[in-house]
Amino acid sequence: MEYMLEFYDVVVVGGGHAGIEAALASSRLGCKTIMITMSLDQIANMPCNPSIGGTAKGHLVREIDALGGEMGKAADVTMLQSRILNKGKGPAVHSLRAQIDRSQYHIYMKHLLERENNLHIKQDEIVKINVKSGCVESVVTRLGAVIKTKSVIICCGTYLNGKIFVGGASYSGGPDGLPSSNSLSLCLKDLDISLRRFKTGTPPRVNRRSIDFEKLEVQKGDSNIIPFSFRTKSKLENKIDCYIAYTNEHTHKVIRDNLSLSPLYGGKIEGVGPRYCPSIEDKIVRFSDKPRHQLFIEPLGIETEEIYLQGLSSSLPEDVQIAFLRTIKGLENVEVTRSAYAIEYDCCDPMSLYPTLECKKISGLYGAGQFNGTSGYEEAAAQGLVAGINAALKVKNRPSFVLDRASSYIGTLIDDLVTKGCMDPYRMMTSRSEYRLLLRQDNADKRLTLLGHEIGLIDDEQYEKFRLKWRKIEQEKERLKKVSIKPSKELNDELENSGTTAILQPQKLSELIKRPQLSYGFLEKYDKKRPELSYEIKEQVEISLKYEGYIKKQQQKVEAMRKLESKTLPQNIDYQQIDGLRLEAREKLNKVKPINLGQAARISGVNPADITVLSIWLKQRGENK
Amino acid sequence: MEQCIAAIATALAPAGISVIRLSGEDAIQIADRLFKTSSGKKLEDFDGYQAAYGHIFDGKETIDDAVALVFRAPHSYTGEDVVELSCHGGVFITSKILSLCFKHGAQPAQNGEFTKRAFLNGKMTLTQAEAVVDLINAQSTSAMKAANNAKKGVLYKKISAVCEKLTKACGHIQVLMDYPDEDIDSIDKEDIKNKLKKAKSELIELVSKYKLNNMVKSGVQTVIMGKPNVGKSTIMNLLLGSDKSIVTDISGTTRDIVEGNMQINGVSFLLFDTAGIRETDDIVEQIGVKRAKDKIKHADLILFVVDSSKKPCKEDFLELESCNDIPIICVLNKSDLGSVNMDSYKDKFYDIINTSSKDLDSIENLKEKMVGIYNLSLFDYAAPMLTNERQKLATENAITELENALNDISGGLTWDVIGLTIESAIEYLLELSGENASEHVLHEIFSSFCVGK
Repeated sequence: MEYMLEFYDVVVVGGGHAGIEAALASSRLGCKTIMITMSLDQIANMPCNPSIGGTAKGHLVREIDALGGEMGKAADVTMLQSRILNKGKGPAVHSLRAQIDRSQYHIYMKHLLERENNLHIKQDEIVKINVKSGCVESVVTRLGAVIKTKSVIICCGTYLNGKIFVGGASYSGGPDGLPSSNSLSLCLKDLDISLRRFKTGTPPRVNRRSIDFEKLEVQKGDSNIIPFSFRTKSKLENKIDCYIAYTNEHTHKVIRDNLSLSPLYGGKIEGVGPRYCPSIEDKIVRFSDKPRHQLFIEPLGIETEEIYLQGLSSSLPEDVQIAFLRTIKGLENVEVTRSAYAIEYDCCDPMSLYPTLECKKISGLYGAGQFNGTSGYEEAAAQGLVAGINAALKVKNRPSFVLDRASSYIGTLIDDLVTKGCMDPYRMMTSRSEYRLLLRQDNADKRLTLLGHEIGLIDDEQYEKFRLKWRKIEQEKERLKKVSIKPSKELNDELENSGTTAILQPQKLSELIKRPQLSYGFLEKYDKKRPELSYEIKEQVEISLKYEGYIKKQQQKVEAMRKLESKTLPQNIDYQQIDGLRLEAREKLNKVKPINLGQAARISGVNPADITVLSIWLKQRGENK
Repeated sequence: MEQCIAAIATALAPAGISVIRLSGEDAIQIADRLFKTSSGKKLEDFDGYQAAYGHIFDGKETIDDAVALVFRAPHSYTGEDVVELSCHGGVFITSKILSLCFKHGAQPAQNGEFTKRAFLNGKMTLTQAEAVVDLINAQSTSAMKAANNAKKGVLYKKISAVCEKLTKACGHIQVLMDYPDEDIDSIDKEDIKNKLKKAKSELIELVSKYKLNNMVKSGVQTVIMGKPNVGKSTIMNLLLGSDKSIVTDISGTTRDIVEGNMQINGVSFLLFDTAGIRETDDIVEQIGVKRAKDKIKHADLILFVVDSSKKPCKEDFLELESCNDIPIICVLNKSDLGSVNMDSYKDKFYDIINTSSKDLDSIENLKEKMVGIYNLSLFDYAAPMLTNERQKLATENAITELENALNDISGGLTWDVIGLTIESAIEYLLELSGENASEHVLHEIFSSFCVGK
């Protein structure tokens, strides 16, 4: 029944957020690429929240964009409402979040993939990966096609051996009515890749016409929208409003009374759920003192009446869901279109991957997204991009692409995954980055566009624009460091009115701007020769001067880290054979196979003395050669 | 080159000279910050193997005279730029100079780190190198043991308790930033400030106990000072119960510092009898006066001796200006010969005591006061205690970061920076137990706050 399809450099398994970035990166880097997905009608599907971005996730999208990925552009084109989160809490934690038109997003991405050179998208299911002497050789599809290839990127989301739970009902399947992918799971086990069970969940969708909006708080978008993509130049506008509602004691009582019917509490679900995204049952049990929980009412799109209820993920039976929903003010007559469910799925242990996201055991096999133990569209897309780039670079015999923790949230995400592993689905958060004052969403281009250009995903034109922008920023900073303003009554009055102190002697503008109460805009009228500059340039000038001291402090930490990172560890070391390492360190090092001393030092169970032994061993080895 | 490290290279025991070694990037620049050559030439302008005499300064204050020897990479023990400072001080001065190196940017050297660097820079043969591996291996075992013991210890518990409080504060700040849309109580600035202040004062207490602990181990440095011929040597001899200092009626008899060791209720005191402070043309006496002045600055306790038979004047107390935080007992000696009214100087002193060589009870009274000042006989050995310079430095760094965070909160800085600064304080504290700060904060977020989709 099997037949040979042509050869492809790269096969991408799945057409979700990870698969899209992987397929685009690899085909754009000149590799003949095929993406196989179970349904072309669900490319770029959002099976959970109809939004992109959020804290730290917004940073990821900007970074994907700065490297030449697609998510940011697609989100800008299809957004319904946009907000900057954390305004007033500092530039490190400003994050973009946009509600997205779910079906428009799918249409945008599908059409984009269809028009991409070097890329073939095809509806089918991968059921087998053939491996020969430790290297990927071919894949086999449900319909019998055998595709010879050099690399396979697994981006199968929650479909891998997925199982859905709604109260007492449970069945094998993936999100949104598609079947689960069970053969691939069996095949991976045969290939001796150890899989584990994770769990996640999603809230109910309801019909807009059954909600009483009069009783809800409205949540508007920002009036001045900042796009995700550094390449989006058109002005964006909000198209919809979101709303806020609250659970109450009655809601909680319904849930508590029916807890035993939840498969989570009945012990039917063995998968590990995410700590950060508990179901409503979890919230009520763990935080029993809270009298109410907040939920957000978010439209799925313009051409649909369906609404997503953020905050109410659940696996209770359908009738209980309806009962507790109808206790909520504004939802008394709510009509459910799709019930909340929990889904359990197979994923790998990311510690079995290199920072290139290539599997340590099988050369040419890569993983991205939920398969690697993460959760979230943005996390998936970020890994898809890195996996796609690395698969292509390997095909082209080019050096691999690894981002360090100080370069990006993407680097931090992957380093966390491959070095520390994850015990529950991993979500990006700003608190995961020790360098977060450097890794701001506003300077993602500064951190990554040069790399994107070197790799070949950022074209010359875009790169020149980027260089021009940063030249202007530097010039303006230099200017502010030279220009002083003299004390005057007008200035000093205004300074004191702003809650800061008057100046007695002429002061450099670059110094004044450091005062928390003052801004670049504030100083405009005392700065006669100020050039005409765009918002993004002014923003950079202000942040980099205002936080200069703190930024320098972080940069010192980065330098110390990079010194260790520059000491490469060969991949063929057997750590069991190194005298002086403690037993625990030997085991951990053998498991992680760190690529450099810096990564080794971050492994839990490896202490500074072990790192000393390793650096000495490295040196000795160099001399013996 | 690696970051500059510093350590005392000689045994930490009373000796003629001690050597402090700095090695690594900036070693020479750091040495220049605390050492000034007599010629005024900077060490930075020295060639390798060049030495110079000069002084070690803490700000404007002279700490010791010393000889600095400069080695230029790769011609040094470690193969890096190295400065060796040979100084005169005993245990206390040497430790003080080491602290100065840290203050100016050096890091405390780990055990065997100079040797490790020497090896890494190709300064050793393979056999020597293997010996180093064995050495470090042994150290990692003993370090593990020490760390395990420390984990059971009271210091670990104390640090953990402080960390936990800071982590809670930091977790709250972080959760508001990572989950801005959730229904979470906002931060009360004053509340966070109070928490930080509390943590800071607990850490300051630890650092000050470190000083007490050092006193317990090496004795309370007690300097006897005063004008010439007020009976300083007599007091010294009476305290020691022996004639260690020469006593005459000739003022200026004691020229150099005379040392003695005594115990009161099990607490040991190192007594230093100094030359009477006065302007003099006698060169030998001048040096004695200078040494006396230097000694005073590093004392734990000062016995300021006054002759009861002579009316004191303001100038007599000038020298006391330089000993800000050091407790001073005013000893009114020769009380059998007269009495003076000290009321106008009272607040300069911890206590004022009458003594007379004819009244031995008065000496017992003095001893009681001396031992009472630091309450060392009640010293709680079971209390949490920093045990070495590395721990002290980490704790001091944490204190500095907490101060920064407090200033930033008052100054109206944004929470992203404040959160990072507190996290950095936690990081310094966790260095003591080898854990990771951001993991702690994450755990706090997930366990204490209700957040999710």
